[in-house]
Amino acid sequence: MSVRTAFDTARGEGRAALVGYLPAGFPDVQGGIDALHAMVDAGCDVIEIGLPYSDPVMDGPTIQAAAQQALERGVRTSDVLRTVEAVAATGTPTLIMTYWNPVERYGVERFAADLANAGGAGLITPDLTPDSAPEWIAAADRHDLDKVFLVAPSSTDDRVTMTTAACRGFVYATAVMGVTGARTTTSDLAGPLVARTRALSPDGGADLPVGVGLGVSNGDQAAEVASYADGVIVGSAFVRTLLDHPDDRAAGLRALSALTDDLANGVRRG
Amino acid sequence: MTTDTTPTSYDADAQGWFGGPEAGWGGRFMPEALVAALDELTVAWQDAMADPGFVGEFDTILREYAGCPSRLYEAERLSAKVGARILLKREDLNHTGAHKIRNVLGQALLTKRMGKTRVIAETGAGQHGVASATAAAYFGLDCTVYMGSVDTKRQALNVARMHLLGAKVVPVDSGSATLKDAINEALRDWVASVDHTAYLFGTAAGPHPFPSMVRDFTRSIGDEARQQVLELTGRLPDAIAACVGGGSNAIGLFTAFLDDEDVAIYGFEPGGEGVDTPRHAATIHAGDRGVLHGARTYVLQDADGQTVESHSISAGLDYPGVGPQHAHLSAIGRATYLPVTDDEAMAAMALLSRTEGIIPAIESAHAIAGALRVAERLAAEKGPDATVLINLSGRGDKDMGTAIEYFGLGDPDQVTERPVGDPDSDPRADRSGAPA
Repeated sequence: MSVRTAFDTARGEGRAALVGYLPAGFPDVQGGIDALHAMVDAGCDVIEIGLPYSDPVMDGPTIQAAAQQALERGVRTSDVLRTVEAVAATGTPTLIMTYWNPVERYGVERFAADLANAGGAGLITPDLTPDSAPEWIAAADRHDLDKVFLVAPSSTDDRVTMTTAACRGFVYATAVMGVTGARTTTSDLAGPLVARTRALSPDGGADLPVGVGLGVSNGDQAAEVASYADGVIVGSAFVRTLLDHPDDRAAGLRALSALTDDLANGVRRG
Repeated sequence: MTTDTTPTSYDADAQGWFGGPEAGWGGRFMPEALVAALDELTVAWQDAMADPGFVGEFDTILREYAGCPSRLYEAERLSAKVGARILLKREDLNHTGAHKIRNVLGQALLTKRMGKTRVIAETGAGQHGVASATAAAYFGLDCTVYMGSVDTKRQALNVARMHLLGAKVVPVDSGSATLKDAINEALRDWVASVDHTAYLFGTAAGPHPFPSMVRDFTRSIGDEARQQVLELTGRLPDAIAACVGGGSNAIGLFTAFLDDEDVAIYGFEPGGEGVDTPRHAATIHAGDRGVLHGARTYVLQDADGQTVESHSISAGLDYPGVGPQHAHLSAIGRATYLPVTDDEAMAAMALLSRTEGIIPAIESAHAIAGALRVAERLAAEKGPDATVLINLSGRGDKDMGTAIEYFGLGDPDQVTERPVGDPDSDPRADRSGAPA
């Protein structure tokens, strides 16, 4: 199922979609599944599941710490796919966000097939741009999977055009020049980037939602971003909530639900 | 000296693929946020290398400041031991004590040309960090160096050097807290600072254009050596050899000889405690095809594609990836890459010190150990005129802490009756396999 359905539903309700991220295997595999279920129950429209990787160039310290914890506890690619299956079973469109080497190592065709079989919607690839991705694009198309590539404030118009033409599901606009991490204010680069991305998308963005990521941590920020974007992507703030409750899973889940609720209300105010 | 920038038949294509996109070595696997910077760098580097003014200025700086061309030295006592002619390209005599000064002076000069005011770098042994801090001081640039916290401890002297040169040194605690993690942290800095900051990549790895650009800035090693060996012997060497971590000194030497099909090319990788153990960094010998730090190359990785922690007694070789051009040269058989263990390298370090009065970096000692194996075989085949050119990529001052620990040196009351590394007295040397 493409994440496009969730964006269409949100658009139909006159609001942005809330996209929530957690790395698989954090705090452990079942704990991660429980946390993602809590986020779905509290209002996330789309789920991104991170594939923990040893060399996460784009991740800030919060997500890196969670991924490192997952790796140290032995999370495997098969666990990530198992997590996708458990979340996708809720009916919420579910993507994997992954650096490229684990996919190449697993086998691109095999990964696409197993992701599709698990009910996954597709991949977000932070270190794979469309011009380096012919093998993935072909495999994704064969298995009817979303291809979510990133645009950045530094992207040229030509690259935005090339990237949006290659995307399916949505296009991921990185709102700041920097790594992941909650920020106290949202970026003033985000709005212009979204407008430019829409203008350079096929059909002026009518068929390709634009999600904005990097930095949102509360409902007010979500409302601000939702005023100009089709999707609000939140990662580090969710991870931080669980990191802040290392010894009390129930309290962590309650805090996660409360944050999701705040963010879900935010995208409805935007 | 003239920096020869003539393309070879082994160059990458415009997208950075060595051997073409089908072979798939190299390329650019990077966040979109950095693509514009990499494109800007590619254009700037290509324009600069086509500009006689830039190339001439670079040559002048190498000559007047870095001390290049470095000497080609005939190691007669070492030659006598193996029965073949051993020639050493003395990169250890360069300013800051290693080949790396060539690369950073080139990149820093390019940084000035691009109008950027700050440089960042990663370092393992500290040699690239020292070179970067030196180049930044020379050109008046701000400098931040990322270094794994494990390495800051084992290379404290180089950390002090960087501080004295005015650089900020940032210890990195993430991951294995070594070179690969320092690269990750430097890339994170670069994403956020790319408008005014250049990343002085320390080896011929990473996303396009770094493997080719670093190769261009270090290829004068081979250009000089080729001319020097012709002047000295009247012919090309039978074999050339260099150590390979990321592979900048090796590709700098190899490039001038790639089209000389009669010259055998050897790269020696850190075999650590043995390639049949988990404790090594022999990436080409024991790694698998994968993507690391922006390029497809050989990577030490597990079944899930997670990078495996590498090991070498030399911090400068302790890297789980390798430059993609080396992966290509290995795949097509133009160069041969073989592992050298920690013990073999340390024995070679002692041997060169004792026979020639030259204390090599432990990186370079890997090349010595491996090349002597090659030289013995060539001597048996071709006699005493068999000639092996070895890139002595750096000097061993920075590695004395490791040498003190390994050989048990440094006790002021110790009476040394036989030199360390002596095969008659040092049990480690017995295991070395290095000829005595």
